[in-house]
Amino acid sequence: MTDLIELSAAQAAESVRAGEVDARELFETYRARAAANELNAFTWVADAAPEGGAGGPLGGVPVAVKDLFCTEGVPSQAGSRILEGYRPPYTATVVANLARAGAPLLGKTNQDEFAMGSSNENSGFGPVLNPWDRARVPGGSSGGSAAAVAAGLAPWAIGTDTGGSIRQPAALCGIVGMKPTYGACSRFGMIAFASSLDQAGPLTRDVTDCALLLGQMVGKDPCDSTSLEFPEEITLPRGGDLNGIRLGVPEELTGSEGGVDPGVRDRFEEALKLAEDLGASIEPCRLPHAPHALSAYYLIAPAEASANLARFDGVRYGLRVDGSSDLLTMYSRTRATGFGPEVKRRIMLGTYALSSGYYDAYYGTAQKVRTKISEDFKAAFERFDFVVTPTSPWTAFELGAKTDDPLAMYLNDFCTVPMPLAGIPAISIPCGLSENLPVGFQLAGPAFSENRLLSAAYALEQAIGFDGSDARR
Amino acid sequence: MLDHSQVLHVARLARLELNDAEVERLASELSHVLDHIEKIRELELDGVAPTSHVIDVVNALRPDEPIPSLPAEVALAAAPEPVEQGFGVPTPGVAQ
Repeated sequence: MTDLIELSAAQAAESVRAGEVDARELFETYRARAAANELNAFTWVADAAPEGGAGGPLGGVPVAVKDLFCTEGVPSQAGSRILEGYRPPYTATVVANLARAGAPLLGKTNQDEFAMGSSNENSGFGPVLNPWDRARVPGGSSGGSAAAVAAGLAPWAIGTDTGGSIRQPAALCGIVGMKPTYGACSRFGMIAFASSLDQAGPLTRDVTDCALLLGQMVGKDPCDSTSLEFPEEITLPRGGDLNGIRLGVPEELTGSEGGVDPGVRDRFEEALKLAEDLGASIEPCRLPHAPHALSAYYLIAPAEASANLARFDGVRYGLRVDGSSDLLTMYSRTRATGFGPEVKRRIMLGTYALSSGYYDAYYGTAQKVRTKISEDFKAAFERFDFVVTPTSPWTAFELGAKTDDPLAMYLNDFCTVPMPLAGIPAISIPCGLSENLPVGFQLAGPAFSENRLLSAAYALEQAIGFDGSDARR
Repeated sequence: MLDHSQVLHVARLARLELNDAEVERLASELSHVLDHIEKIRELELDGVAPTSHVIDVVNALRPDEPIPSLPAEVALAAAPEPVEQGFGVPTPGVAQ
């Protein structure tokens, strides 16, 4: 029999259906690998496969879930010590959807605290290591999910993307990651970071797995009034060319301003050449406000976070410090003890941006920039099917390399923040190695273009022929 | 630029106790980040409508039908100080 770990999730589901693979054996194989947890990718691993059949479209192939998704009776800590040991009384809609479709919970994955970070070094439970080089970061904030899939500790995983938190770790770990259109997946049960930006999405070994998993995640949820009925069924990508597809390459995100590494640029340009060979046309395009996206993002996201994180006050769940003092002291000390440095930094930044006298100058201005960024994409999509960029300006960096400089860390998100600000979907696929580290290629399309994006990404994936098996050894 | 008193004011608004070293570090880090962010204020944005929600959704209403909530003991299970059917809190103390 083929090595179970070398089957993609879609292949594994098919093999279970065909009776060639036992779903419990599949679960146990991954459970044992996840439990060994050499990369610190997991914060909790299931004891055993759940009772019940392996039916449903996902065939019993277990899924790793980012820690910030609430899972009933299972620790859900969002990478934060303020929620250490917290077991919620309900399950996030997306996780429940996947379980119903036949993907049982394998474990909870490590992440940057409250999804704030691009390296996973902000986790209250220690950093995750990159399976390609354990001295390096896996990216973030969904770094545990990305590392687990890349290393074959999980067949597939889900994460959340607010400014790049699915796509950037997927790129740095050599896997596929997709941020869907805002509203495509319910946010109910996702511990909130920035509510107008947060979206759940898949992290998978290939584009087919991505489409299969996403198809079972989407849908309108009465518990999230911003969720939407996806206008069409998510279909598995087929077909191999890009005839007639117009790709726009935004100078603002791929030029010198983003500080793209030469090795990343080389792989990106080779992928463009492959796209051209497949029939795509490639031309420069303009996103004039994209260079300001990072600034708008680092006002909007912390502002919303400062409001969302007000709920961690030592009253209803989680940590409480100095409960015998007065109320304000209890609040302030609980939060001082429970939150890590990056979360404090963003709460401070967001509170400042929303404070009396600064609101219009900061938050109001950032919301206007957001309008301009959406308009830029609308104009680009009149001429182009997709906008393409490197996912991250550089490959995985060494642990500790950027922890002393918050701004340098924020620049990780340069190519990934414009899309969530515009609410549009984007996918990152591996496009080769630079000095033995994976490079990600990003395609972004208009709202609800997921099927077309997956189809184009699939064609390109076949042409690139990336081999990620080294990370699973 | 943020000075120490501004950092302490914002920390009070955010209900966050900071030690002296944190105040020092945050004043410098936040000033550095804000210097970068300030660039957006140079943009010409008169008459541009702000975006608060990016995908068009109008009146997302559901039928107003009562559905059961969590039982009190389940809602209180993770509370640091459950008191009868509620969440216990310390005395409000003196306003700061």
